[in-house]
Amino acid sequence: MTATPILQLRGIDKSFGPVQVLHDVAFDVHPGEVTALVGDNGAGKSTLVKCIGGIHPIDGGTYRFEGEQVQVHSPRDAAAMGVEIVYQDLALCDNLDIVQNMFLGREKRRGLVLDDATMEEMAAKTLEGLSVRTVKSIRQQVSSLSGGQRQTVAIAKAVLWNSKVVILDEPTAALGVAQTAQVLELVRRLADNGLAVVLISHNMNDVFAVSDRIAALYLGRMAAQVRTSDVTHSQVVELITSGRSGDLGLAHTNGATA
Amino acid sequence: MTAAVASEKPEMPDSSGAPKKDGAAAAASLRSAARTYVERVRGGELGALPAVLGLIVLCAFFAALRPVFLSELNFANLLTQGAGSIAIAMGLVFVLLLGEIDLSAGYASGVCAAVLAILLTDNGWPWYGAAAAAILTGTVIGLVLGLLVAKVGIPSFVVTLAAFLGFQGIVLMLLKEGTNISIRDQTILAVANSNLSPALGWVLLAVSVAAYGAIQFRQDRNRRRRGLVTVPLSLLAVRVGGLAALGAVAVHLLNQERSRNIIVDSLKGVPIVVPVIAVLLVAGTFLLQRTSFGLHIYAVGGNAEAARRAGINVAAIRVSAFVICSSLAAVGGIIAASRGNSVDPNTGGSNVLLLAVGAAVIGGTSLFGGRGRIVDAVLGGMVVAVIQNGMGLMGYSSGVKYAVTGSVLLVAAGVDALSRRRAVQR
Repeated sequence: MTATPILQLRGIDKSFGPVQVLHDVAFDVHPGEVTALVGDNGAGKSTLVKCIGGIHPIDGGTYRFEGEQVQVHSPRDAAAMGVEIVYQDLALCDNLDIVQNMFLGREKRRGLVLDDATMEEMAAKTLEGLSVRTVKSIRQQVSSLSGGQRQTVAIAKAVLWNSKVVILDEPTAALGVAQTAQVLELVRRLADNGLAVVLISHNMNDVFAVSDRIAALYLGRMAAQVRTSDVTHSQVVELITSGRSGDLGLAHTNGATA
Repeated sequence: MTAAVASEKPEMPDSSGAPKKDGAAAAASLRSAARTYVERVRGGELGALPAVLGLIVLCAFFAALRPVFLSELNFANLLTQGAGSIAIAMGLVFVLLLGEIDLSAGYASGVCAAVLAILLTDNGWPWYGAAAAAILTGTVIGLVLGLLVAKVGIPSFVVTLAAFLGFQGIVLMLLKEGTNISIRDQTILAVANSNLSPALGWVLLAVSVAAYGAIQFRQDRNRRRRGLVTVPLSLLAVRVGGLAALGAVAVHLLNQERSRNIIVDSLKGVPIVVPVIAVLLVAGTFLLQRTSFGLHIYAVGGNAEAARRAGINVAAIRVSAFVICSSLAAVGGIIAASRGNSVDPNTGGSNVLLLAVGAAVIGGTSLFGGRGRIVDAVLGGMVVAVIQNGMGLMGYSSGVKYAVTGSVLLVAAGVDALSRRRAVQR
């Protein structure tokens, strides 16, 4: 479909002390598409996402955004480019209300004073645009929300800023059937609106339901990045568990070859 | 704009209870507002409720046993007694909101008071220079403490425990091993010992109530015009009316002659510390509730990792909370110096810190961070002052007073922990 990826990573390395978590990882994200990032526990999905979001600095490799090589040192840098991450642990403040959480760190102000009315309007409009009708009041504290409602707030927070890339870290992990369907629908709608969406998930049904491409990490290496329509369910599972499947995947991995 | 004003008018008389057609709607919206409040309290958000109830019960208790407790003289005493620790408690609220603690705030106020006294009395500085230097000393102390906590990463408990001991030593050194420096500057002495003229008291009250009402109604009109959710106007009227009524009772009582011997000295009017505390209360509330800095303090206290990911400079927020805390401790030190007419090695020592922490926690500020307001310090400070004052009138020794105040602090911390558990369980 689109020729140029909006986000392009090449040769990314990342270590925590003596432990190397990411080895020479390449990763492309295209606008208007949902890219599923899959991998077993400890494969490095969350670390890769945190590197993209500027939480962890990368040790080596290149980070290109819209064709330009960029340096991302902090979450603010990533947000300034239009990269938003919805974390697994949601990163919401329980003691603040929905509006305050959505604008946290980027409040609208009039002079010194917070412009609550404008923020409330924008938050209400965004939630409406995502067809969210489950929250009673957008001035209620996040501590009083259910898991699905929190997920919705977190996603709404990410799309509030006309962002270009939205990364969702296991958005459906803690949700029931109906709420999962709602969130997946929301994910698809984001991509259809032209955003580049990265979906981290363990759930193959979710991955095949909404994604256009699948990127599989295996022990900190990118095993393969393929179109969803080109692979089968079991091929993806093989990529996740052994790093290779037939011609796909890593040519030679330590311990994986017989 | 005129339409908005006109639409306010029919509801205005309802606060006085006139049963009209609109009255039913307003009463219903008031009831639903009350219901929301009850739900919040049940959900573990107690807010200032325990402090207000405690204050009423304690006042009734002491008034029944010692009628002199209710005298105008004692009421004025109560306010000036509480003012110093209220100022320190206000600063502590900022640090407590982050889930940190400042155990050195008491002696920090002592150090600042010593700086004030030395500059005023020994070096003959004017009052404003000495007071500014004292507050600046507090700011520097806070900066050092904050950097040690936020940048070096030593737990605030340890940093401020060390500072608690260290500042005690610095006060001794500044005061040449325990001499007492008396304060003779009339302006500084006036802070805790003089009163506003009765007329000025009324004027200040009228101005504050009018300003509060104007801000509340303007905000409400703005939100109504934009079609946002608003609180019922009748509730706003109750709030403004409540403030006016409480203020009027207080100013009226304080404007009565309370001198025991009028020929020697006339004693009436609102003590000057009251507007001083009121200004700190308004400024602190504005900072915490209406600015992004305040919001970031709550965010760091609620979930520091979320705040960091939102791009908030968590270390800078931590440092500034300690700076504010120690600077307000300096103000508390100045009030204490004024009230004592002098500074000695015990200024800011003994139970000052415990009373201030107690004031903040009793008022409803959580020790776990993320929950609390500046007004908590005032309400809690009044509870503490009432206990100290009332038990003094009953003739109990300071030993008993300490034990009771300590128990009240434990009860308040227990209520905090239990209500937090209740909020988490939901």
